[in-house]
Formats: sequence, structure tokens, C-alpha cells
Amino acid sequence: MSSETLYDKIWDLHRVRELTGGSTQLFVGLHLIHEVTSPQAFAALEEKGLTVHSPDRTIATVDHIVPTTNQIRPFADPLAEEMLKTLESNCKQHGIKFFQLGSGNQGIVHVIAPEAGLTQPGMTVACGDSHTSTHGAFGAIAFGIGTSQVRDVLASQTLTMKKLKVRRIWFDGELQKGVFAKDLILHVIQKLGVKDGVGYAYEFAGPAIQSLSMEERMTICNMAIEGGARCGYVNPDQVTFDYLKGRKYSPNGAKWDLAIKWWESLSSNENAIYDDEARFNASTIAPTVTWGITPGQAIAINSFIPSLESIDPSDHQLALEAYQYMRLQPGSSIEGLKIDVCFIGSCTNGRLSDLQIAAEIAKNNHVAKGVKAFVVPGSEKVAQEAESQGLDKIFKDAGFEWRKPGCSMCLAMNPDKLESDQISASSSNRNFKGRQGSSKGRTLLMSPAMVAAAAITGCVVDVRKFLN
Amino acid sequence: MNQTPLFPTGPIQKVQGKCIYLKGNDIDTDRIIPARFLKCISFDALGESVFADDRLEKQGLHPFDQVQNQNSSILIVNKNFGCGSSREHAPQALMRWGIRAIIGQSFAEIFYGNCLSIGIPCAIIAESFIDSLTKEIESNPDLLFNLDINSQRISNVKQSWLLKIELGMKEMLLSGKWDATRTLLKEKDKIKLTKNSLPYINQFNPLY
Repeated sequence: MSSETLYDKIWDLHRVRELTGGSTQLFVGLHLIHEVTSPQAFAALEEKGLTVHSPDRTIATVDHIVPTTNQIRPFADPLAEEMLKTLESNCKQHGIKFFQLGSGNQGIVHVIAPEAGLTQPGMTVACGDSHTSTHGAFGAIAFGIGTSQVRDVLASQTLTMKKLKVRRIWFDGELQKGVFAKDLILHVIQKLGVKDGVGYAYEFAGPAIQSLSMEERMTICNMAIEGGARCGYVNPDQVTFDYLKGRKYSPNGAKWDLAIKWWESLSSNENAIYDDEARFNASTIAPTVTWGITPGQAIAINSFIPSLESIDPSDHQLALEAYQYMRLQPGSSIEGLKIDVCFIGSCTNGRLSDLQIAAEIAKNNHVAKGVKAFVVPGSEKVAQEAESQGLDKIFKDAGFEWRKPGCSMCLAMNPDKLESDQISASSSNRNFKGRQGSSKGRTLLMSPAMVAAAAITGCVVDVRKFLN
Repeated sequence: MNQTPLFPTGPIQKVQGKCIYLKGNDIDTDRIIPARFLKCISFDALGESVFADDRLEKQGLHPFDQVQNQNSSILIVNKNFGCGSSREHAPQALMRWGIRAIIGQSFAEIFYGNCLSIGIPCAIIAESFIDSLTKEIESNPDLLFNLDINSQRISNVKQSWLLKIELGMKEMLLSGKWDATRTLLKEKDKIKLTKNSLPYINQFNPLY
């Protein structure tokens, strides 16, 4: 059993009491809510005659269902409008702060909380969304929950949870030019698989992680769940503190120094004990692309779609399903595969640095004929900063559409969808069957730089050719 | 879909009924309930949309459409069932279709917790047993089974298979405490104590 890791320390601090059967009642330091997984929770609360325990630790926004073209109310889709109205009235009734559309604070829940300084080291963060693992980048224990648990957190600011094991994933070396945080995490999931993380929190550590920015660390922790790990985290360090300094909800003045002192004490001790460890060398990772229907079905850009013989027999059925669904032949190259749609955005890769690198590729180029390409900033703040740097103009000049913030085509709960059997190059996190809104739609996950390069060439291409 | 949706309440000792086998590893919650059906403020209508896209593709041949599987209440699955999105809409849709228990080789964590919190037992079956169980179901889909939580077994008139029900899940199902809200509100003073002990709440800035 792990000890003296950041996970252990935060767990102990937030333990309210032990329950029967090995579960713990755990306090939630920051509860983020949105329009999709909260309405039934509020309804259940009302049914039980309960109120919100800690509105002061709860923040709401709207992201999944918002259209990214026309955001004028009422929305064209009456169901989307009803969901937003329900959230508005629930927040009003229970005194919950709502980062409303057009307020300058709205955006994807996993983008807005970090950028506002709400997510801090040492917190437990819960949200009715599996990509809550993103917030672990700050040295927090952050995990996705279902609607009944949203109800429980609203009612008590706690939930029942079993302590996870901790696997340290250590990276020596450094990422090469043209290789990004997204490639690193896709590589990890390809190697460890989509189930190996079940029951674990992933601690991402080592020199290659320490040299990453907060936005890159968020990309990595965001996709821990795609490897089965409910939490992913990075120990807080100077990069974390520099990011947090001066943000709206960050501690300030004398409290800042107190906070740093406490945050520094939270990192895993040198002699911490882990339940498991995996080691990688970041220098050997190439731009990575998924070819199948789970994020684990990924390959380096310069390698071939794996043959059945090279795949573990227990995954054969899934591989056969993937070849058929994606209409790809084992042994063929992924580079050169023609694409129809390019999507840059999502809680994985919709932050400013993601748009900057994509704009660098797009600059003085043009989207290939027949390709639809669009950029969806992760939040109103990201959009505003990108626009002040002229990124929107670069994208538009290059033939990309510049949209308004939201989850967009990552999960297609809004008008942004694939049609029929289109293939998308997507900077999002899931390539599941039908994920992007068409039951035949095909998704290739890759870094935002790779998506931009694919948009320009009209097919999957090694972005390093653009950067040299 | 089943006709009488009596949802779980109170202590759950057993689940009885026909079994339905859905083959495949890594079946994600987007497949169980595609995102377009999440545009709702109530779970009520989700039952008919369970596996909507997979069923459309299989044109009547999907296990959830096959005549012999109608009115089944125990779902048998393989590895990592329910991976991906945290949407509770997935177990809610299964429950509204008629599923009252799931037996699988392994489950994704958030899905597993969601099932427990609505009173759907998730039992683990060993690789060495799943073949004989699914063969038995396929050879006679009308067979009635009894899943017993306490003895961790699924049986029919002829045979019985050993399962593993994790201790926490077992105790919560048997005691009826799977609906956790009341348990969590039992010792409110302890919640307050923990809240006030946290440096980011008592020393730095409160949120607002």
C-alpha cells in the first residue's frame, strides 16, 4: 500500500470518517457542476427535502450543450435551452456562483477552474465529468463522479470513496521538437492499455514532466481516465506556483506565502512508497495518432496499423471491430490517410498554448480543399487572449472557422457533429464509436499541432515536416 | 424492454431473472447511451435508447433486441465494461430497460460506483467461469437464474457459479445503505470539522 505520496497526504486531510466495507467519507474541497449531470441531482435533492451543504465550495458553468456559432438565447435547440435554464434556476435557488455565458468566465469546466485559480494544490476536486482528472495537474486529487454522487456532494460536500492505489509513471528524457504532451499521454495509454489504470491514481513524475508547462500537465492528467485511472496528478512545483500567482481565486498577500509553504509540503516524499511503477523515456516518443475505437489503439505516426498477430489475443475482438469500423487495413500506414474534418479544442487541448502551436502551423498556409476545419477555444478567456494575439485572424486567413467556447465536437451534444462516415482529425480525448455525433463517424486523436497540419495537407501527416 | 420498472429500493439480497450476454471488452458509456440522449433533465425516458447506435447497426440482431432476451434482468459482460464518460445516464438507461444486476470480468471504476449508487449490483466473474455461464445462457435463454449477494453466487436449477462481490458493495447492498445520502449526513459535525481543518479553507482565501 502506498504511503507518503501526495495522494496519501491529501486523502488523509480530507477523510471525514471511515464507513463500513472499507469505504471512506471524503470531503470535497471544490465541487464543479455543469448542465448535463446536475439537473437530476438537484431534483433528487429537492425530493429528499435537502439543501446544498457548501455553496461556497461549488462553482457552475455551462459547456457541453452550448452552440459554438450562434449563442444568442434562447438557443435554437429547445432541449439545450431547457438544460441551461434548469441550471440557471438551480444555481439561483441554492446560491451557487455561476460562470454564465458571456460573463467572460464561461468555458469548459476543466479549463475555467484552473484559469480562475480555483483549482489549487492540496484540494479534492469532484465534478460530474470523467475528465475532472485534469485538475490533478496542480497536485490536487480530482476525480469524475456520477449524478447520484453529485447529489451526495451537493447535500453533504462529501462522498463515499475507496482509496485508490498509486502508480508512479516516471519519464526520463525530454519531448523532442514536434512531440507534445498529447503524444506523451497517448503513448502511455497505448503501452499500458485502457484498463490497466483501473483502481489506481497515476502520479506523473520525472524530468520530462517537470519541464512541462501547466497547460501541458493538464493535457496529460486529463487523459489519465482514458487509461482507466480515475485520478492523475503531478506534484506541485515552481511551475505550478508561477501559474497560480495573481489569478482571481488564488491566495494573495501574506496568504500567498503561507499557501506556498503548505503546497510545497504536499509533494510525494522522496522515500514515498508506490503500489506500482512504470518507466518511460520521453525522448523516444514520436507524434502519436489513434487508429481504432479506443484511445489505447494508437501508433506512432511513422509506424503501421498493427496486425492481429501483434495484438494480445484478449484484444483481438476489439481490434477486428476497429479495423472494420475505421475501414483500415492492418499493416497499412496511418500517414497519408485522407481526412474530412479537423477539430481543435476540448478540455484536453483547447487552451491558449494549444491554439498558439496550431496557429503557428496554420500561418501562411491554407486548409486543404474539401476539408472542414474549426477551432473552438476552451473558454471565453482563452478566446479573448487568443484574439488579442491575433490568432483568430491567422486561423480565419488560413481557412479555419473560429468558434465560440464550448465542448463542441468532442462529444457532439451540440450542433457540432460529424456526418455519416466522415473521418476527423481531433485534438479531443475519445475515439469511441459514434462519439463525435454520427454512428458511423470516425475519429483520429492527435495533438493540436498534428490536427492543424492535417487540415493543411488534407491527410494525416507528421507535423515535424512543418516545423523544420 | 421490461413492462414493470420497479426500481431498486432498500436492502438487496438477490436478483432473479433471465440473463442477457453482451460480448466484448471495453464497451464504453457512449455506446451504452450516446450523448444526444443526455439532452434531458430527467432519466425517465432513457430505457428505450440504451445501445441506440449499436442496435441500429445490428438491425434487430443486437442482444438487447433479440426476442429471447426480452425481460432479462441480469446482464453478463466481459472486461472493462462502462469505460469512458462518467454519465450515470448509462446505468440509468440499463436499469430502465430492465437490468437489475451486472456480472462481468471487470468494470470501469466510475460506472461501477454509479451502479452501486442506484442499487445495481456489479459482480465479478473469473475468466475460467464466464464461458460455461454464457454457454448455458445461450443454449437456453429462457433459463431463470438467481444471483445471491451474500453467498456471491449465480445459480440455476442445475448449476451454480462462484462470483466475487467486493466487500464494500456487498455490505451496502445487503444493508440498503447504497443510497448513500443519509449515511453521509449522519455526522454533520465531523464534516464541519474536516472542512474547517483544511488550510485552503481556514487560512487562505475562501472561494467567495
